[in-house]
Formats: sequence, structure tokens, C-alpha cells
Amino acid sequence: MANTTLEKNNFKENIIKEFKKFENHLNSSSLVALHDLRKDALKHFDTLGFPDRKDEEWKYTNTDLITKHDFHQDFSINTTSLYAKEIKKFFIPELDANIAVLVNGKYSDDLSNIKDDSNKIYISSFKEVRKKHSDIFNTHFAKYADYKTNSFTALNTAFACDSIFIYVPDGNKIKDPVIILNISDTKKPNTLLQPRNLIISGKDSSVTLIDLNYTVGNNHSLNNTVTEIFADKNSELNLYKIQSEGDKSFHIGTTQVHQEEYSKFNSATISWGGSITRNNLNSLLNGEGCECNFDGAFVLSGNQHVDNHTLVDHAVPNCQSNEFYKGILGDNSVGVFNGKIIVRKDAQKTNAYQSNKNILLTKTAAMNSKPQLEIFADDVRCSHGATTGQLNEDELFYLRTRGIDKKEARITLLFAFASEIIQKIKVEPLKNILFDMLHNKLKKGS
Amino acid sequence: MSGEDKILDELAGKKYKYGFVTDIELDTIPKGLNEDTIRFISAKKKEPKFMLDWRLNAYRNWLKMKEPTWANIHYPPIDYQDIVYYAAPKQRTKLNNLDELAPEIKATYDKLGIPLEEQMVLAGVAVDAVMDSVSVATTYKDKLSELGIIFSSMSDAIKDHPELIEKYLGSVVPQGDNYFAALNSAVFSDGSFIYIPKGVRSPMELSTYFRINAAFTGQFERTLIVADEGSYVSYLEGCTAPIRDENQLHAAVVELVAHDNAEIKYSTVQNWYPGDKEGKGGIYNFVTKRGICAGVNSKISWTQVETGSSITWKYPSVILKGENAIGEFYSVAMTNNYQQADTGTKMIHLGKNTKSRIVSKGISAGHSNNSYRGLVRVTKSADNVKNFSQCDSLLMGDKCGAHTFPYFEIKNNTATVEHEATTSKIKDEILFYCNQRGIPEEDAVALIVNGYAKEILNNLPMEFAVEAQKLLAVSLEGSVG
Amino acid sequence: MLTIKNLKANIENKEILKGINLQVNAGETYAIMGPNGSGKSTLASVLAGKEGYEVTSGEVIYEGENLLDLSPEDRARKGIFLAFQYPVEIPGVSITNFMKTSINEIRKYNGQEPMNAVDFLKLLKDKAALVELDTKMTKRFVNVGFSGGEKKRNEIFQLAMLDPKLSILDETDSGLDIDALKIVADGVNKLRNKSNAFIVITHYQRLLNYIVPDFVHVLHDGKIVRSGGKDLALHLEEYGYDWVKEENKKAVTS
Repeated sequence: MANTTLEKNNFKENIIKEFKKFENHLNSSSLVALHDLRKDALKHFDTLGFPDRKDEEWKYTNTDLITKHDFHQDFSINTTSLYAKEIKKFFIPELDANIAVLVNGKYSDDLSNIKDDSNKIYISSFKEVRKKHSDIFNTHFAKYADYKTNSFTALNTAFACDSIFIYVPDGNKIKDPVIILNISDTKKPNTLLQPRNLIISGKDSSVTLIDLNYTVGNNHSLNNTVTEIFADKNSELNLYKIQSEGDKSFHIGTTQVHQEEYSKFNSATISWGGSITRNNLNSLLNGEGCECNFDGAFVLSGNQHVDNHTLVDHAVPNCQSNEFYKGILGDNSVGVFNGKIIVRKDAQKTNAYQSNKNILLTKTAAMNSKPQLEIFADDVRCSHGATTGQLNEDELFYLRTRGIDKKEARITLLFAFASEIIQKIKVEPLKNILFDMLHNKLKKGS
Repeated sequence: MSGEDKILDELAGKKYKYGFVTDIELDTIPKGLNEDTIRFISAKKKEPKFMLDWRLNAYRNWLKMKEPTWANIHYPPIDYQDIVYYAAPKQRTKLNNLDELAPEIKATYDKLGIPLEEQMVLAGVAVDAVMDSVSVATTYKDKLSELGIIFSSMSDAIKDHPELIEKYLGSVVPQGDNYFAALNSAVFSDGSFIYIPKGVRSPMELSTYFRINAAFTGQFERTLIVADEGSYVSYLEGCTAPIRDENQLHAAVVELVAHDNAEIKYSTVQNWYPGDKEGKGGIYNFVTKRGICAGVNSKISWTQVETGSSITWKYPSVILKGENAIGEFYSVAMTNNYQQADTGTKMIHLGKNTKSRIVSKGISAGHSNNSYRGLVRVTKSADNVKNFSQCDSLLMGDKCGAHTFPYFEIKNNTATVEHEATTSKIKDEILFYCNQRGIPEEDAVALIVNGYAKEILNNLPMEFAVEAQKLLAVSLEGSVG
Repeated sequence: MLTIKNLKANIENKEILKGINLQVNAGETYAIMGPNGSGKSTLASVLAGKEGYEVTSGEVIYEGENLLDLSPEDRARKGIFLAFQYPVEIPGVSITNFMKTSINEIRKYNGQEPMNAVDFLKLLKDKAALVELDTKMTKRFVNVGFSGGEKKRNEIFQLAMLDPKLSILDETDSGLDIDALKIVADGVNKLRNKSNAFIVITHYQRLLNYIVPDFVHVLHDGKIVRSGGKDLALHLEEYGYDWVKEENKKAVTS
């Protein structure tokens, strides 16, 4: 990270200039309200610029290494340019699912496979939204992810276009998961993609989302995703994000959740791909009786850098949150965990727990951990723990006395360490491919 | 045990009892800060030229710096030209014995319970008393000098031991380290200097008592402790100030140097005036404290009980450079009414097999905000580091805040770093249990809080532990119900 | 000493005590028995003044005074002691320090000087011996890391230290093995005298083999449904609580 001689870049200026080009590509029937929002976001992006490391929120992740590249967004992308067979390998075997495919942030009708036609769930591009659920869209869009203070969200909002809208009406329990396959096509150099998703689960509904991030091609890319989630009263929403992009991929993902009374949000964020990855995951617990579970695992090698940045905001009483992140860092990789729990005034009877455990495999890997509690109510139970260390020598020795060689023993123990997170995922076929991926990554790494 | 009784007995008269003003003639300069102010201070203290140059250099650095804003504290802008940078009780420049001390000053320290008369001294505590800008008395000087221990005011040390000062001053906290350290380097008025020679264990606790008396005055003391090879010293520091409506600035710098096999134990009971119930007045306590375990097997241990000041900004730190060095930080920070505290530590592990331990207990009541902020850094070269941190917060009432901001930067895979933090309140069941044994709520809370802080208080020398327990009880006033 | 008249009490608007009448005289021991959920522990909590219980009617007169008007600490200072079913842990506060604070608060209330250190230590030693508590235990923090048996013994030790007029033992036998039970019971028996009274709340009869009560009252559904001598406890032991419940049902429906 100690690259001090960064070339001066024009990324910010160029992308602002490209906004005109973007406007020309927009459908003339573009909603006026949405477009006003875009213009406002662009203004904020211009003022905010990209954050530097003096910004406490970006202390351990250097965005200069990303923004020194001059990324461009292709507004006229033809989503069928990717052959169906090219992405087929990313599907999860033996899983019945609705599959929504985004290529460089744009929803592809051709590649997607929405089999559910029972009207229990609506999955569509923003374009279709206007026909069917524009009222719901307008009520929620850009209401949760704050573009006024967060520059990456501002940039995303300014260029928000044809990504995914998912709406589960009240009372509907959706059995088959929804896969959002988020493909970065990086066959062209310096590709910028900005998926923007809006997910609404109505009252008493339930749905499981699998957010898969993959790359085709081998050039630098920046995936700046923003996903807004609204979980209405008594709904249950699972979000499993698998971040498995290429070696030259930068990923800034922001997921902003808004939870109403008695809703339950479960998430797992699994990162093992990419060059520099930042996973922002925030939830506002806005109704009593909410439950919020953030789990995460990252297994890194080479020069990878992953920054898990979470915020659980207890705004009302009687909610509970649990956060559990585990990292394995090999080679020259760097991990960051920044977990903040806020318990606002009057949010009494809050139960909040947070844990971050890391294993460093080499002398050149590094981990920065910053768990934070900000508590303004007294009748609460909050705690956090953080540990960073190496594999337990006693355990390693124990396995070796049972005839397992050192390398296999290490893999076994590391696998056990990380699989604790994967184990919590409720979709078996997904769990199975994650176990495979974990095993392969560990085999290569150690 | 008897100490704990005393606390409960004295709970009745709970007010900031150190808030009186000593009416004494002052040697002072007008408000404001420029190079002439610094020249005046240096000349007044008859300092050698290197000191004046050093101060001016710091001042010029300071002019280019900005006040830090990252801490979780809020206050109106400080007008640095509205502060008196030098105020001294008028007094003969050098005392031959304590009888020559102005009676008003002596009375002040008597009232504070700080014994300046050697025959009355608490067994085995040598005291340096600092009022406003200058050291007014140092006890036991002769006895200590027989062992080669230097314990004197900083002003005297600059004149008597310039070679040591030139070598060590600013060696741990460089002039430009931070905004307040730079300001202190420019205008520091006095403080204590301690040098423990090779192989000497200080036979008594060394102690400085700081007192702000004059109005509109900033206090900028500078403390430097050097423990040479194989030596040991335990040092205590206490602080009080009169009740005044305006905020007063206190920006101190403390530097500790521990050579091979040396140990320094540094204890603070900080009880600067915290402001009134509405948050009016009180001391802004912006302090830089840092020690370096320079030698092998050296140890530095910070213990602090922070009950005073309207704002506290301090992070007593240890740079663990020598192999096998040990750094410790034990802290109780109590805030009530509108007090704000942002305090914690930094443990910087540079050497192999170095260890650190952090135990922090925060107590927030009233409308106060109490933050723990701590850094544990393990550098690439530091093999087999061990760190353990425990940060607990106790909340009393629903209008205060308790915050925990630990930072861990681990760049070596042989490190074992563990951290735990909890936030809770005093459980109703425990209060009821105490009530059922006849103990009323306010006393029960004092009892429970002292129990909560026990691990820290146990690290203080006996006399200080008693005082610290009393202070906690006093600070709790009005936090119940 | 204590008269309870038609006491009714709610927790969160649910009526738990539905009209209790009880007379407690000095020098006597009362057993209150009953199945789970009958209101035994609620009665103990109401007498000690725990928050969260709303007394809706009735009165409790203790030594001629309305007990329900007093704060929990004043009740304790006037000689009411509750041995808790689940004693809490108080980290950092030693038993010695806790008892010293407690005794001196009670003495202060009664216009006495604080006890001097020598007398206090003597008392501590004597009472520890009485309940067979290792004096080393008194240096430990109140109940922190104690086993179930140690916690209960610590309650009886405190009872011995404070020498109350009216002691209420709330399920003191729960979680005790037979040896621990005997020690606790022995302690109580040594402390019984003409001027004090004990209310022993228990689910099982076995404690009453060791602390022999003068009267046994059976609590069911918030009311005392049976009263008798120590034989009543034996009868309950043999036949369980079902017959009480049945009889009560009959009484209600008829």
C-alpha cells in the first residue's frame, strides 16, 4: 500500500464530463424525478471527490490505488455480447433459483432466467419498474443509501440506470432463492460498472438473495455497486454475497438495509477474489423487535486487500444484532475489519454482539481491526471481541500426531476456522460450492 | 479496608472540595502569545540559550499546525491569545528550606492534604508541588540525592543538569508530535524532572502535585523521567484547580525513558475542576504522555484515575523498543454532568517478545460522554508479541454515552492480540440485593463502582488508592435516581 | 411480629398473589410450600420490597408499622432479611467489605456508632465458624465464581452476620446436595431463638427434615389453601401437590 508516487489522475473530472454522454443514452421517457436525483448526486460527487486516508472511514484503504486508473463506463453496452455459455459456469449446480443477470451493471433480459411467474415476486430492470411499480420504486429509491456524504454512493446514484428491482409483495414467502449474477466484462480496459439495486420485502414476506460477483476478461475494472434493501414489518430477508472477482478487479460494494419492526436480516459476505475490495454493509434498525445478523469470511492471498466496513445502527429499543467476521490472510495480503455499533438514545434493551477473529499466515500479511461501540442508552448489553494471531500450534501438533501431514493439517484447521461462517448459510447447494471454493483457495494458498 | 470506610463516611460532604482560590500576590505577564512571550518565560527562568532556541523552534512549528479534530470531544474554539502563559506566586526564587515557603502556599497544600513539611510527610513520599507555572517546593531532595537520584523542578534541572535535559527532552515526544505538545514545548513553565541512576531503586514514591490557582491561566508543565539501567521508580501525580466559570487550558507533556532492565510505574489521579452541573467552567486537559521502553527487559506501567476536567484528551502510550519489554495501561475514567473524556493508550510494538496489557474501565453518568480510544500496533520486526486488552464501559442513566474505539494494526503473524469490550449498566438485581442488606442506593452504587474499578485501583500505591476511591464516590454525586 | 392481611399483588398486570393471610410470631418458624408458579417467591419479593410488583390490595403490618411504605433498605435495617433464591454476583466487592458496609448502615440507622475493626473481625470469624464457612471465602468477591452451594451458604452467613428479626429463606434448598443442605440447616437452627422468626419457602419437604417448622402453609394459585403442623409437609411429600390442586378446584367450582 506504500505507493507514494501516484500519477495524477483525471478520473473524477472525466467521469463528470461523461455525464452528458450518459444523458444522451438515457431513454427520453426517463423519469424526471429520477433524473433530478441523478443530477443532484453528481453535484455532491463533484464536491465530495474521492476519500483519502485522512478520512477516518478510509484510514486503512487507499482509494488512490483505484482512482489512479481512468475508468470508463460503457453506456451503450449490448448485454448479449456475452455468450450465455461464458457465464454458465457461474451458476450454482442443483439449485432452483430465479436468476437475474447484470452485465457491467445493466440488466440482461436475454441472460436472465426468471421462472417464477406466479406474481409472488417481481424481478425486473428499472425500465420495467416504470410500468408496474413506479410508486413503490419512487417511495424507496435513493432513500437509504446516502449520496450526500458518501462519494462512491453519489457516483453510483448519478449514473443509476438499468439495474435490478426486486419486490416481494406483502405476505409472500419465496421458496427459491434469487440469484443476482453481477458480471464484470473486462475485455475492454478500465471498465467501470455501477450496478444499482433496489430490493423491497413487503410485510410478513420472506426471500433469499444470492449476490454473485464474477469477472470475465482480464483488464482492470471497478465495480461500484449500491444495493438498497427495505425490509418491511415482520419480513425475513437473507443476503449472501460472494465476491469472487478477478485479480485486477476493484470492488466497492455498498449495501444499505432499512429494517422495520420485527424484521430479520441475515447476511453472509464471503470475499476471496479481487484486488482491492471494500464491502460496506449498513443496517438501520428502525422498528422494535428487529434482528440483524452480519456474518463474513475473507480468505486472501497475493496482494489482495479486503476491507469489511459495517455499521449496525440501533435506533429503537428491543432489537438485537450479531456480527461475526473471520479472516485468513496469506502472502502479502491486507485485511481490514471496521465494525461500528451505534445504540442511540432511548434504544433500551438492545443486545448487540460483535466478534472479529483473524489468522495471519505469513510475516508479510497484515490485519487492521477497528471494532467500535458508540452507546447512548444505558439498559443495553453490548460487547465486542477481536483477536489476531496464528494457527494454534497445539491443535496443529495434535493433528500431526494422528498422522496428518503438516500442510494438510493446516488446511484442515483453516478450513474449520472459516467454515464456521459458511455453515450458517441456509442454501445447501450454495454452501457446497463455497466449501469447494474455500478448500481450493486454501490448497493454493498454503 | 479502613480506606473504604472513610469513603463512605465522607460521602456526605460531596462537592468539589478543592475548588478554593488562594489569595496570593502573583508574578504574571499579560495575556497573549508571541515570540516575546517565550523569550520572557525563558529569561525569567534564566535558561541556557539551547532551551530558548528549542522553545522558539517549537513555537514556529506550532504556528503551522492545526488543532486536532478527530477525538470524540466538542468545545468552542480556544482563543490562544486570551490565555496567560506565565503566572507564578511571588516568592523568593530559591528556597533553602521549606520554612521559607510563603505561608499562603503552604496553607494551600495543607488544605489539599498534600504534606510539604517533611516531618509530617506520609511515610515515604517525596513531593514536588507545582502551583500555576512554577514549582514551589520539593521535599526530600537531600535524602534522594545521596542515592544519586535527581528529583527537582524542571526549571532547576535545566540549570543544574543541562546535559541530561538536552539529551532527553523531546526525545520521546518530539516538539512537532501534535498541536498541544508543540504548544507545550514552546511555553512550558515548569514540572518535574527525575533521573534514577544505574541500579538504583528509588526508596520512596516520588510525587508531584499540580495546582492551577490563577485565573485565565494556562498550565503547561513538562515532566521527564529517565530510569537508567536496572533502576526502578514509582511516580505519582495529582491535580486540582479552583472553581472558575471560564475554561482553563492545561496542556502538559510527560516523557518517560526506561533503559535496560529499568522499570517506571507512573500513576495519575487527575481531579482538575470538572465544571459545574450545567457544564460551565472546568479544565481542558489536553495531555501528551508517552514512554519508551528503550532497553531490553524494561517496563513502563501507566495507571490513571481520571475523574476531573471538563474535557480530557490523553493517551498515555508506550513504545516497546527493547526486546522483552512490557507496557501496561490501567485506567478508570469517570465522567458526570457534561464532562467529556476521550482517553486510552497506544502500545507500539517494535521489539521482539514485547508484551502489553490494557485494562480500561469507563464510567459515564449524567450528560457526559466517555470514549476509550486505543491503538495496538505490531510492526514487521516485532516477533512473538503478546497483547491483551479489556475495555469495559458502565453507563449510569440514559443521557450519557460510552464509546469504544480500539485500533489494531498487526503486521506480524507471530503476534497474539486479543481484545474484549463490554458495555452495560448496574443491574437492578444487584442494587436490590444491596438494598436488602440495608445499603441505600447511592452507597450501593459507590460500592459497586469501586468494585468495578478494583483491578485498576489495586495498581495504585495505597495512599493514592484511598484518594482515588474517594474521588470516584464524589464524582458519582447526582448520578443516581 | 408480622401480619399479612388479604395481600394481593400483580406482576405486569397479572395477578399472582390473590389474597394471602398470614400471622408470624417471634420464636416461630413457618414453612411456605407450594408447587411451581404458586406465588411463593413473589411473596418473598413483595415482603422485601422488590420493584416490579404492584400491591393491589391488603396490608402488611410489621412491628406495628405498614411495611409496604418502607424502602427495601429500611425494611432490611428494621430487621427483615431475604436469603435470595438466586444471589447476584458483585464483582470487585469483597464479602468482608460488603458486610461491613451493610452492618454499619444498619447501625447508623439505629443511631449506633460504626463497628470498630476488631469487633467486626471477631464477629466475622464467629459467624463464619457458625455456618462452617472458610474465612478465606470472605475475602472473595460477593458470589463471583461461587458454586450454587457456596452462594447459598454465603446467604446464611450474611443472615448470621446481620442477626435479623425476620428471615425469609427463598428456596434456599434448591441446588444443594444433602451435605450442603445440612450445613445450611444447621446454621439456621443455631440462629433460631425466642425473639426472631423464620419463613422458609420451599418446594420440597426435605429441607423441613432439618429445619423443623412450627407451622406449614400450602400456597396454591396465589392463596394459602392449607395450613397445619409439620405433618402436613410429610403428607405433601407422600402425595404430591395434585391433591391440593384438586381440592382447591373443587372448592372453587362448588
